[in-house]
Amino acid sequence: MTPRRAIALLLACGLLLCTHTAWADRIGDITSTDWREQAWRFVTLADPAVRFALAGSILLGLNCGLLGGFIVVRRMALFGDMLSHAVLPGVALGFLWNMSKDPVAIFVGATLAGLAGAALVGLLRRTTRLKEDTVLGLVLALFFAGGICMVTRIQSLPQGNKSGIDKFLFGQAAALGPGDVQLMAAVTVLALALVCLFYKELLVASFDGAFAASLRLPVAALHFGLLLLLSFAVVVALQAVGVVLVSAMLITPAAAAYLLTDRLHRLLQGAMVMGVLAGVGGAFISFLGTNLPTGPFMVLTASAIFAIVFLFGERRGVLMRWWRRRAQAARVRRENTLKAVFHILESRGLGHVRSVALHELAAHRQGTMATARSEARVLAGHGLATLPAGAESLDLTHEGWQRACEIVRNHRLWEWYLTHQMAIAPDHVHADAENIEHLLGEDAVRQIERALPPSPVDPHGRPIPALGAGRGERTP
Amino acid sequence: MTGLVPPLEWQRVFVEPWAANSTSSAWIVLMGFFATATCGLVGNYLILRRMVLVGDAISHSVLAGIAGAFLLSGSRGSAWMFVGSLAAGIITALLIEAIHRHTRVKQDSAIGIAFTSLFALGVVLISLYGGRVDLDQECVLYGEIANVPVTVEPLPESLSRLAAHVPLLQAEFLWRGVDLVMPPDVLRMALLLMATGALIGVFYKELLVSSFDASLAVSLGIPAAVVHYGIMGILSLVAVSAFEAVGAILVIAMLILPGATAQLLSQRLPVILGLTLLHAALSAVTGLHLGTWLDCSIAGAMVVAGGGWFALAWVFNPREGLLRRVLRSAPRHDAAQPAGGIGSKEHSR
Repeated sequence: MTPRRAIALLLACGLLLCTHTAWADRIGDITSTDWREQAWRFVTLADPAVRFALAGSILLGLNCGLLGGFIVVRRMALFGDMLSHAVLPGVALGFLWNMSKDPVAIFVGATLAGLAGAALVGLLRRTTRLKEDTVLGLVLALFFAGGICMVTRIQSLPQGNKSGIDKFLFGQAAALGPGDVQLMAAVTVLALALVCLFYKELLVASFDGAFAASLRLPVAALHFGLLLLLSFAVVVALQAVGVVLVSAMLITPAAAAYLLTDRLHRLLQGAMVMGVLAGVGGAFISFLGTNLPTGPFMVLTASAIFAIVFLFGERRGVLMRWWRRRAQAARVRRENTLKAVFHILESRGLGHVRSVALHELAAHRQGTMATARSEARVLAGHGLATLPAGAESLDLTHEGWQRACEIVRNHRLWEWYLTHQMAIAPDHVHADAENIEHLLGEDAVRQIERALPPSPVDPHGRPIPALGAGRGERTP
Repeated sequence: MTGLVPPLEWQRVFVEPWAANSTSSAWIVLMGFFATATCGLVGNYLILRRMVLVGDAISHSVLAGIAGAFLLSGSRGSAWMFVGSLAAGIITALLIEAIHRHTRVKQDSAIGIAFTSLFALGVVLISLYGGRVDLDQECVLYGEIANVPVTVEPLPESLSRLAAHVPLLQAEFLWRGVDLVMPPDVLRMALLLMATGALIGVFYKELLVSSFDASLAVSLGIPAAVVHYGIMGILSLVAVSAFEAVGAILVIAMLILPGATAQLLSQRLPVILGLTLLHAALSAVTGLHLGTWLDCSIAGAMVVAGGGWFALAWVFNPREGLLRRVLRSAPRHDAAQPAGGIGSKEHSR
């Protein structure tokens, strides 16, 4: 066992202990309605209901994030949805066991119902022509309808303490009791421990089933174990999130983490963090008002987290990528202007003068004066050129000149490379070089330079400028 | 545990619904039939096109559209509900598309994220402002099909004026019975069923080809995107109409169950569509009796009854039913016959 696994296990056991010390009487419905007071209560953990709600949301976030990671990478989202709906009849059965909200009975009943649903899916898959998505949707709908029938039947029964069963539909974290939280902790610890122990096996089986089978890993057993843990996770999350929205707590935090990393263990850690954030956030918001369901708020918090990652994620965020693309497009435009200036100067014989009239630039680029003027202003804004007042011209600065030489050099080096090393016809290389000149890295340039003859010319007969081609002298 | 399953009294369960309160039962059964049949017809194409998860998504996310429309308009007018649900359907499709295209999140997860967000939003709106618009969480879950008949009203003025201009509705035999007595919800569902049937009839070939062979459809010049979004649009309308009767979640059952049952029994699309209607009718009637017997949600009972018919088709289907398979494979030990049987090519792409 690696140290990391040991730490994870210790942490998990610590969590389990914490719930014992948090023991206190469960209070009933909260009477206060002022949201500021409620917020203060939540932050200060003043009463046990808050502590249980908080502990429950944290455990739920951990558990759902951990197993949701596997759902997202194994493309089992509909399966998770099926499982979360299919546990409803089990909840009702567990409730009927002794006509009360006994956490253990409900846990057992719901797990059995979830497994029965999964088994029915497998059976239908094997014995009918129906496609997987149809079968999953069918089982989801059937089990849920059966559950609805049982729940409405229970509510119409004359005897028994029926309060609380409707809480399983949309969730109520404030209704969590010490027994619920202990059960949640036990299940979370079990899931963490099992995933830590069999991490490598799960990793291989999740990404390459054939390879896993060739390693003689028990793929079917792993799948079944994961399924069992998954139904545990669904059942544990039930009371706080509700049957209908559990699948969101499995999918959304894990999908958000999936956007941020390529490594499975990072993905699982990130998903757990985001699950906890979503759980606590949802519990907090629903605590502010009276009788607000917790589940939808948790899901909305999770969706908000996903949206933030989707837009602002460091590497793959949509806005970030858009910004990077824009910046790159602007750089390419600047470099094209510099290149045009270089070409004009080159046609004059590369004298001392680094000044080009704007009408020359416009003519060379076949654009308008207005475009040339704005391009010149952009260059000036980046310190690559200066615009003498009154004169319709631009002077390249030293840096601008260096950069222009570099771009043209990249272009011609690449053309030289394609014609001489790759044996491509000289009239086919310009378009390719137009693109590569902005991207050619230091290493590639060095590599081409090593093969370069003493005074290189490009395929069109023009000399390849050296970096920072000296003042006035022709390039070698 | 005692008293959970009441005794099966013939009088109470089978006779009374049709003797004591026959109109109410008739409307419930009709509403159930119309809703299930409409959903089932659309659902057939979802199943064939492997879009069941999309159906799941749309049927959940119309809730946000309905809640939003209630809040904005302050009324339960069906026009607003249609607009809201169409908007919600479009937003769902766009969200799925945005997540799927711009990230590497797979399609199934993208759908899961999009519809759960909208559904959660709908539930939040209802629990915050639900008192104002006479809509609660129970209604979201299991609908109120049993309450539908209570609201028997004459046709709204605008609708009867509209009806005067529609040739189909002027037909005496149809309109005479409908005119004053049909509850508006049932009437709307019936119209939607007719509209769906008519659309399927008109675009039968296009739907058939594009569902079974997408590349052939493209080569024939059938616009795949138009067919796809047309189905999504109809789906939103169907989902919102059925919502009131059966709630947001049982809609998915009505989308899948009839089609799945029919497709077990046949491989010809016309037969499948007919069997879908038959399944819808059977599950509506048996559902009413099941719900009366167990004294539970009738919408839920209709789905469970439909599941019962599905199970019958699964086990006793003469061609490839479970029983047939067992009998066939028991004596001989060769499992040579593949799962599909004859003609399964049509379904496997």
